Amino acid sequence: MPLSLIAEQLLNGLQLGLMLFLLAAGLTLVFGIMDMINLAHGSLYMIGAYIAAAVIEASGSFLLGIASAIAGTALVGAALEMTLLRRLYRRSHLSQVLATFAVILIANEIVRMIWGSQPILLSMPPALSGPAELLGFRYPAYRLVVIGVGLAMALFLWLLVTRTRAGMWVRAGASDREMAEVMGVDTRTLFTLVFAIGAALAAVAGALLGPLLAVQVGMGENILILAFVVISIGGIGSIRGALVGSLLVGLLDTAGRAFLPFLFRAMFPSMIAAEAGPAVASVLIYVLMAAVLYFRPSGLFPARG
Amino acid sequence: MTAPALRVTGLQKRFGGVLAVDDVSLDLAEGELHAVIGPNGAGKTTLIHLLSGALKPGAGTIVLDGRDITGFAMHRRVRLGVARSYQITSLFPNFTVRENLALALQGAGRPDDRDRALAELEAVGLGARADQLAGALAHGERRQLELGLALATGARILLLDEPMAGLGPEEAARILSLLEALKRRRTILLVEHDMEAVFRLADRISTLVYGRVIASGAPDEIRRHPEVRRAYLGEEGPA
Amino acid sequence: MRDTLHIPLRPWPMLGVVAALALLPLAALALGQPFYVVFATRVLIYALIATSLNLLIGYGGMVSFGHAAFVGAGAYTVALLMPAGIVSAWLLWPASLIAGAFFAFLIGAPSLRTRGVSFIMITLAFAQMAYYLVLSLRALGSDDGLTLSTRPSLGFVDLNRDAAFYYVALAILLGALAAGRVLLNAPLGRALQGIRDNETRMEAIGFATYRLKLLVFVIAGAAAGLGGGLLASLNGLVGPNLLHWTESGLLMIMVILGGAGRLLGGALGAAVLLSAEEAIAEHTIHWPLGIGVVLLAVVLFAPDGLIGGLSGLARRWRANP
Repeated sequence: MPLSLIAEQLLNGLQLGLMLFLLAAGLTLVFGIMDMINLAHGSLYMIGAYIAAAVIEASGSFLLGIASAIAGTALVGAALEMTLLRRLYRRSHLSQVLATFAVILIANEIVRMIWGSQPILLSMPPALSGPAELLGFRYPAYRLVVIGVGLAMALFLWLLVTRTRAGMWVRAGASDREMAEVMGVDTRTLFTLVFAIGAALAAVAGALLGPLLAVQVGMGENILILAFVVISIGGIGSIRGALVGSLLVGLLDTAGRAFLPFLFRAMFPSMIAAEAGPAVASVLIYVLMAAVLYFRPSGLFPARG
Repeated sequence: MTAPALRVTGLQKRFGGVLAVDDVSLDLAEGELHAVIGPNGAGKTTLIHLLSGALKPGAGTIVLDGRDITGFAMHRRVRLGVARSYQITSLFPNFTVRENLALALQGAGRPDDRDRALAELEAVGLGARADQLAGALAHGERRQLELGLALATGARILLLDEPMAGLGPEEAARILSLLEALKRRRTILLVEHDMEAVFRLADRISTLVYGRVIASGAPDEIRRHPEVRRAYLGEEGPA
Repeated sequence: MRDTLHIPLRPWPMLGVVAALALLPLAALALGQPFYVVFATRVLIYALIATSLNLLIGYGGMVSFGHAAFVGAGAYTVALLMPAGIVSAWLLWPASLIAGAFFAFLIGAPSLRTRGVSFIMITLAFAQMAYYLVLSLRALGSDDGLTLSTRPSLGFVDLNRDAAFYYVALAILLGALAAGRVLLNAPLGRALQGIRDNETRMEAIGFATYRLKLLVFVIAGAAAGLGGGLLASLNGLVGPNLLHWTESGLLMIMVILGGAGRLLGGALGAAVLLSAEEAIAEHTIHWPLGIGVVLLAVVLFAPDGLIGGLSGLARRWRANP
């Protein structure tokens, strides 16, 4: 197995992991601070991708597309929080699940009414559509940029949460909301802000992954469930857990899909291997989740003590 | 000397950087009422969490009648005769008072007939409230039911976490007489802030400060103990 | 003595409803609308499945977002056994029940170690895993699923006749509801609701809550599996979409629509949702939008569902006639 193939898959895994982190970070904070399960986060990711696609189509500028996606989705996120989600904080988890599920249904239909059911095109910036030379092997330049942006955002988030006042409030809120309120933190504005930032991150992920995956109604839910796996592994409310979980999931899923069929074919008779390899690869991350939960039901880095 | 009903040795619990319970050892003799006092944050509730099985200790052992129950789940300890009550009332608000107690009987594996549930009700002074929803009770009555749930399990060792918390003088007196009636018939570990109650009820007192037992002995000894006085006079005004 | 937990038996209204349901196929056939017999049978089966989920959500406080996985387990069991030569419903349907129970055990055992938001996410993730697994296995038909050439045989009744299947499904549903009532009125049912209301305290008074939750989870999974087997038998067709998480979502909508924690909540919700879907889908392909809006309205303004709302109205009317 050529080294360059392994390296390529590892980089792909890193890329998926970092994009997952953008989604998981926003989600885990909402779960941790507001104790609210939010299914509509995937819809924000989808909206980000669609806005980016539309603006790029109209203007030809990828940067403008991303910027619009961020601004637009953050606005939608904040509006959603202020009108609907705010009322759900004190409601039962069942109510939260169903209300945000309703948002998914509505958002999907609205998108379908505007753009139809078929996937639409989100074109890569032409300058990045070729391969880049990396330590002796070639890797798509665009994916490299995605990794770069992902790392930058991870660093930015880490600094934001650990070094700033606002970040401290967020962490305080994640571990004990009532205490934070008693200490004078304006939780209402804080929550709207956390939501808007989460939405912006989701939009970045949506816009960046758009050229690589299909921009289509329902794209949000698939990645949302991956984000849930990440958060279950990493621990609710923990940014660090979200990062570790995302990288684990991204790498395991990508490497598993790439290498497991190969491994199976090498070890087992071909009939079974052809089927079993991809099948097992597709459930690897869930097995990982089950294993982590068996030893640590609260995840690897639970925010609450 | 007969073996203690409950023997705790070297119990330790750490939360992140904080040592909430630090090398705590104590004994509960059969029929004894052993009070645990200490300033807020001393680790008293954590101690009860550890003894009841809600938390696992980092180190130390808990031995019940010679049997090591340190790793046992909470419900198993109840079945073996160790039950607790909560400082912050924890009931079933949508069930009636009688149904609350019936659940406790059921959980402990005791026969769940109507008469027995009513008897438990009477024992805690809630006879008149049998058919009221637990959520509709007054605060004092909720504390009575809170105690009643622990009693109804039939456990011979009770871990009571501030049963008189937040009660006015009349309601507190009611709980106090309840506890006095329980003395000798059950073995009780009582965490309380109400010093009058503590000194009236306790056979022995242990004082917990910052997770450590700084003094343990008869009530008179504790009353005179210099470190205990320092701990309390340092925190509040003269006792 | 007041009993807030006991589910009463009201014979007359019950007989009325059962009589109406028994006459439904005859009415449909008389009106020249035989399609509605099959449709009504589907509603009955989903009533069974939604009731099993209601047991978990409404009575047990376990918001399981992966219930469709157990439906799928039962459905695929029938779809795999029939071509293998087993055509008797007396074997197929119990097999689908066992399949549902088995997968409920597999998924429930790790999931029930968590609570709250974690539990919801994890059941969702496991169910999605089942979906992807089914999708990727060619033996299960992958994307296209599996088809059956005939309905199972029940011996004395020919299930290929729609009206006969309808009555069999009705009997099964009524049996399940009766069994559910017995379970909920029994000590297990009380313990379950105690766990829903205050799980920590239940442990503190001696209940082995994890074991009890798992037991109920498996029972609910078994019933869902049976429902899946019935669906496969009715439609002659199973596909991976049966396990998609949106199916689980629809089941949850049925529960909250009808009334979580009410014996008939699941059944009523299934009837209303499927009927509404049928009515709206004829007019627009964007009917999920309507479902979404209605769902939002229910969650925000009528969280007790139809039964809760109706009984609230009845109570007020009785107080001020």
